[in-house]
Amino acid sequence: MYSQALDQPDRAAPEAEPDAALARFQARIDAEEKIEANDWMPAAYRRTLIRQISQHAHSEIVGMGPEGNWITRAPSLRRKVALLAKVQDECGHGLYLYAAAETLDVSREALVDQLLEGRAKYSSIFNYPTLTWADIGVIGWLVDGAAIMNQIPLCRCSYGPYARAMIRICKEESFHQRQGFEIVLTLARGTPAQRAMAQDALDRWWWPVLMMFGPPDSESQHSDQSMAWKIKRFSNDALRGKFLDATVPQAQYLGLSIPDPELRFVDGHWRHGPIDWEEFRRVLAGGGPCNAERLEARRRAHAEGAWVREAARAHAAKSAARARAA
Amino acid sequence: MAGEPDSMLWEVFIRSRNGLAHQHAGSVHAADAELALQAARDTYTRRGEGVSLWVVPSAAITASDPAEAGALFEPGTTKPYRHPTFYAVPDEVGHM
Repeated sequence: MYSQALDQPDRAAPEAEPDAALARFQARIDAEEKIEANDWMPAAYRRTLIRQISQHAHSEIVGMGPEGNWITRAPSLRRKVALLAKVQDECGHGLYLYAAAETLDVSREALVDQLLEGRAKYSSIFNYPTLTWADIGVIGWLVDGAAIMNQIPLCRCSYGPYARAMIRICKEESFHQRQGFEIVLTLARGTPAQRAMAQDALDRWWWPVLMMFGPPDSESQHSDQSMAWKIKRFSNDALRGKFLDATVPQAQYLGLSIPDPELRFVDGHWRHGPIDWEEFRRVLAGGGPCNAERLEARRRAHAEGAWVREAARAHAAKSAARARAA
Repeated sequence: MAGEPDSMLWEVFIRSRNGLAHQHAGSVHAADAELALQAARDTYTRRGEGVSLWVVPSAAITASDPAEAGALFEPGTTKPYRHPTFYAVPDEVGHM
């Protein structure tokens, strides 16, 4: 998902940095040394990480919306507590990631403002609606499945604080994927109407999920530098391929059909038909079915929480004053 | 909203079980120590990760400078005689 930011160009003017320092930095990366917050790093490395980690954080936070939509309508208490816990995890993931980004000398408030003002992106996938309960199952199974595929290599990212946040996140995501698969499995083994609901959700989510891995390698020239810096470890197409190989047999087990007439098995790997990259670019540019709604929900939540932040600050100031007087 | 003052940053340390030291887990934003503890609990211990939490204002931490790492830590690696393996003990003596 969650590494879509690595496909964006770095627009800042290149800065004059001593060749020797750049070479020393690259040598540390090549030797698989982790870079820590106070270490010297090229300005472009810092910018790329801030953009990547903050957009990853925004994705986790915005991602609470589509799933939160179903908490009050979960079909049983078991499903409801699981969904609540999952949505709470997404919030936690956002917070781990904002904290990792902050180690790069940017404030969380500034990053949140970028999101609320529409200047920051987040994963394209969250701009699609959750129309039925089956969508919650398919999101856990496929969206979190794709996220895991993307995030496991990020655990070995060259930047220490990001890598450590990813390790925590990956441990928690596994529950998300399994709870989603269980929902889909239950529907797939249910009544014909439940089966149809599961198939419909798969039909709607399949292509947007494949797009989560970002544009094809032939078009994602900006990720070369991220690869050299070992922020990114595998190309978009390589990760998409791994996801396909893992997922197609799961769909077959569920007895659901993947909405791709050109899906085929070649040389031991599954290959997909053409992806509509026009749709991907449209959604990223703000033209997806729910972009406006997602941003509006974030702005509303932020505005409605203003009094809480204000009250907490007032209380802290008062107790500090009282402590000084005593 | 852009001008809103930042809340304080706190570093979070968790003791995973008694007998082990507290370990750094991450950081949280909060207006005061009490809220920082609550935020740390919600953010870092949702699955029984610990039995005790510390929160410390990030600004209170003094860190060594990575550029000085050579001068600070190099003496630790050039004094092999500080390690037991520097000294030869004949096999016949057995474990020491």
